Amino acid sequence: MAGPVLEMRSIVKTFPGVKALSDVTLTVRQGEVHAICGENGAGKSTLMKVLSGVHPHGTYEGEILFEGEVCEFKDIRASEDHGIVIIHQELALVPFLSIAENIFLGNEHASGGFIDWRETLKHASELLRRVGLSDHPETRVADIGVGKQQLVEIAKALSKKVKLLILDEPTAALNDEDSGKLLDLILELKNQGITSIIISHKLNEIRRVADSVTILRDGRTIETLDVKAAETTEDRIISGMVGRDLDHRFPDRTAYEGERDAAPALEIRNWTVHHPIDQARKVVDDVSINVRRGEIVGIAGLMGAGRTELAMSVFGRTYGRHAGGTVLKDGKEIRTKTVSEAVGHGIAYVTEDRKHYGLNLIDTVNRNISLSALAKVAKRGVVDEHEERQVAEGFRKSMNIKAPTVFEPVGKLSGGNQQKVVLSKWIFAGPDVLILDEPTRGIDVGAKYEIYTVIDRLAAEGKAVVFISSELPELLGMCDRIYTMAAGRLTGEVERAEATQEVLMRQMTKDKEVTR
Amino acid sequence: MSTDVTDKTPAAAPPGGGSPSGGRNFVQVVFGFIAQNRRQYGMLIALLLIVVLFQFWTGGDLLLPRNVSNLVLQNSYILILAIGMMLVIIAGHIDLSVGSLTAFIGAFAAVLTVSHHVAWPVALVLCLLMGAVAGSIQGFLIAYGGIPSFIVTLAGMLLFRGLTEILLKGQTLGPFPNGLQKIGNGFLPAVGPNTNYHNITLLLGIVLAASVVWQAVRARRRQQEFSLDVQPKGLFYGLLAAQVGAIIWLTLTLASYNGAPIVLIILGVLVVGYGYVMRNSVFGRHIYAIGGNLPAAKLSGVKDKKVTFYVFLNMGVLAALAGLVVASRLNAASPKAGLNFELEAIASSFIGGASMSGGIGTVIGAIIGGLVLGVLNNGMNLLGVGTDWQQVIKGLALLAAVGFDVWNKRKSGS
Repeated sequence: MAGPVLEMRSIVKTFPGVKALSDVTLTVRQGEVHAICGENGAGKSTLMKVLSGVHPHGTYEGEILFEGEVCEFKDIRASEDHGIVIIHQELALVPFLSIAENIFLGNEHASGGFIDWRETLKHASELLRRVGLSDHPETRVADIGVGKQQLVEIAKALSKKVKLLILDEPTAALNDEDSGKLLDLILELKNQGITSIIISHKLNEIRRVADSVTILRDGRTIETLDVKAAETTEDRIISGMVGRDLDHRFPDRTAYEGERDAAPALEIRNWTVHHPIDQARKVVDDVSINVRRGEIVGIAGLMGAGRTELAMSVFGRTYGRHAGGTVLKDGKEIRTKTVSEAVGHGIAYVTEDRKHYGLNLIDTVNRNISLSALAKVAKRGVVDEHEERQVAEGFRKSMNIKAPTVFEPVGKLSGGNQQKVVLSKWIFAGPDVLILDEPTRGIDVGAKYEIYTVIDRLAAEGKAVVFISSELPELLGMCDRIYTMAAGRLTGEVERAEATQEVLMRQMTKDKEVTR
Repeated sequence: MSTDVTDKTPAAAPPGGGSPSGGRNFVQVVFGFIAQNRRQYGMLIALLLIVVLFQFWTGGDLLLPRNVSNLVLQNSYILILAIGMMLVIIAGHIDLSVGSLTAFIGAFAAVLTVSHHVAWPVALVLCLLMGAVAGSIQGFLIAYGGIPSFIVTLAGMLLFRGLTEILLKGQTLGPFPNGLQKIGNGFLPAVGPNTNYHNITLLLGIVLAASVVWQAVRARRRQQEFSLDVQPKGLFYGLLAAQVGAIIWLTLTLASYNGAPIVLIILGVLVVGYGYVMRNSVFGRHIYAIGGNLPAAKLSGVKDKKVTFYVFLNMGVLAALAGLVVASRLNAASPKAGLNFELEAIASSFIGGASMSGGIGTVIGAIIGGLVLGVLNNGMNLLGVGTDWQQVIKGLALLAAVGFDVWNKRKSGS
C-alpha cells in the first residue's frame, strides 16, 4: 500500500464565537480517491479551505504535511504551486470568457504581456481531450452546461500540474448523466496518478469511486474507513455521521394532540419546480406535504435536497421556473403566485439566509420588524411611528432581542438577535402557517434554545409550523412529524415516535436508484 | 459587527432620563451625542463652516439680505431636483435625464404660452402632467421592462435634449406671461402697515418658528411617555434654540429685502412634504426597503416594481416643476437650459449622505448637499473666482464629502 501524500494533524480552526474545527486529523494515501463526509456544518468545507490556503497559515492551529514536507500556505496561489487544487461548489469561471481563456486565467500563455493564442488553444485542446470534452476551446463558458463547466474546472486544475485534486460536492448541481461522467473522470485521473479528495453526501457515489472515507462530525475526525472492506456498509457510514449524543436541550413539548385526520392548514400537492437557469432540471420533483394547526412538521435533507427551493417556490414563486402543483389552505385551493398573495393567505416564510433575504441590515430593528405588515401600523398610507415603536418594543421584550434600543441598525446585532428580529417580523404579520428555513443556523446554543421556545409557543397558539433544518437532533427534539427529501424528491415521512437519526439519515441519503 | 451590542445593553441609559446621565459632564454628553450622530451632523457642520469662511472672505457680502435672497433664487431648481434625485438614489437607481427634461418642460411651457397663448395656469398643469408622463415612461421601462436606470435615463437625457431643440427650433423663446414669471422671480406680496420689514414674511417666520418648537416639544414628551431615551435637556433646548435662531435670522434677512421668494415657499412645502413621506409613509418605507435589500423587500411582500415606477414618475413631476422655475427665472425657454443639472442634483444627494448602493439618505440631507454646492458657487462668484476653478473646487468638495463618509463608516466598523 502506498504511503501518505497528505497528512493534516490536529487542525483547529476558530471563527469568532464558533469552533469550526476542533482537532481534525486526515491522512490521504498517494494515488487514492479519498472521500470526506459528514452532516452540513461538520467542518468539511472549512477543512478544505485550511488545506488550500483560503484560510492562511497562522489562522489555524495544527500541521499540514504534503509529500513529507511541512507546508505553510499563505494563500491559494501557494498551495497551487505545490499541486493542490480545489474546485469549489460554486464554480469560479468567468461566464463571458472562452473555455481556453478560463483554463489559463491568471496563468496565461503570454510573452511580453501579450497572449500567445496559438499556444493557448493548442494546450487547451490537449487538456479538454484529457477530461473528455469535445467542445471547441473558444466556446464561451456561458454557452455550455454546468456539467461541462465542471469539466472545464478540472481541465483548469490539470493545467496547474495538479497532484492533489479537491472536489467540494462536485455532483450537487449535476444531473445523473453528468454526474456519472464526472465520477468516471475522477477514476481515470486516479489511473494517471492524481490523488483526489471528494466531499460528498451521496453514499452511492462514495462507494463507487472512493478507496477510503473519513467521517467528520462537529468539527472532529470520527474515523477513517476502507470503503472496499466488507464491513463498510452505508449504515456503517451513516452511524458515523450522526452518532452524536443528544446533549442539545429542547423545551418540553407536548406533542400534537389534534385529530389525525383534521384538515391540514397547509397542503402542498404534487409540487414540481425547475431550475431557474438549467430549466430541464427538476429541483423539486412531485412533492406532496401537509401541516395541521398546532403541529410542527420537519423537513430533513442534505444540501441540494430541494427543501428551500420547495418553500420559496410555494411562497410567491420566489425561486425557480415553471413551478407546478396545488397549494391548499384549510382545504381550499389558493393562489400564491406573488409574495403578497401568499402573505394574504396567512403564510410566512422565514428565510435561511437572513442577511441576504431576510433583513435590511442598514435599517433599524423597528423598521425591519414592521416591514412585512406595515399596513398594521399605518392609517391611510401614513405610518404611526409611535405605534410602530411600541410594537417593536413589545417584540424586543417578548423575544428578548438584545439591542440597546429598537433604533439600532440590525447589522450591528449578533446572529441570534438578528434571527429573533426576522422571526418577530413574520410573527407580527400574523400568519397561520410559518415556514421556518434553518431558523437556528449560525447562532449560539443559548439563542437556539430561545428560538425553540418561540417555535414551541407558536405551535401551542395553534399555528402550523414547517421546520426545515439540517440538524437532525433539532428536528427530533422539536417536530411531531418529519419529512425527508433527497435530490428534489420526498423520500419518507416519519412520525415522532419512530424517528431516529439513523432512520432519517438513511432516507436523506437515498438516491434515485435506491428509491426505484 | 456582532456581539458587542449585547455587552452594552445593561449600560444603556436609564429610560426617561431627561438630565445628563450622572458622572459625565454636560460637554462630554454633547460631544458624545455629536459623535454618535456624526453622519447626520457632519455635513451640516461643513455647510456652516463654508458659510462662515465665505462670509469672512467676502467681507460680509455673502449674508447680505440681497445676496441671501439671490442664493435661494439661484439654487431653488437644483434643490427641487435634488429632492427627487434623493428618492431615486435611495431606491438604488440613478436618473441622468432630469437636466434635459427640465429644458424640455421649459420649452413646452414656452410653446404653450408664448406661441399658442394658452392661459398660464392651464399651461402649468399641462407641464406638470407632461413631466409625469415622461417620468412614468422611464419608470415603466426601468421597473417593468427591467432595463437598468442608468441606460434608460441616459437615453432620456439625449432624447429630451433633442426634443427641446426640435420644439424651440434651436431658438430662445420668451417672454412668459406675468403669472409664470412670478414662480421663479416673484416674492410674496407686500401688505399691511409699513414696518420697514416685509409683513407676510415676518408672519410666516413666526408661525414656522412656533410650529418647530411645538413639534419638538411634543415629540420629546411622547418619547418620555414611552419611556424612551431622549436627548439631554440642555442639548435639546440648545439645538431647538439654534433652529429657532436660524429661522428668525433667515426671516429677518429676507423680510428686510423683498420678502420671501415664492419659490422658497414652494421649496419649503416640498421639503416638509417629502420629508414626511420618506419618514412616515408606507411608500417611503418601501423605497428605503428596496434600496437597502431588494431580495429581502421582495420576500416581505413589497411591490418593488410599483414602488420603482412611482419613484421615477415623481422624479418626472419634480423635474417639470424645476423646468418651470428655470424658464420663469430666465423669462425664456432656451435649448441650453438645465445643462448639467442632473450632475448637480446627483452630487447634492451624495454630499448630503446618500449611499451609492441605495437604502440610505434623507430629504434634508439632499437640501444640505445642494446648499453646500450653492454656497460654494455663490461665494466663489462674489470672490470673482472663474468658472474653471469653481468646477475644480466643486469636484473636490464632492470627493471630500463622500470620502469623509466612507472613512467615517469604516471607522465605526459597519
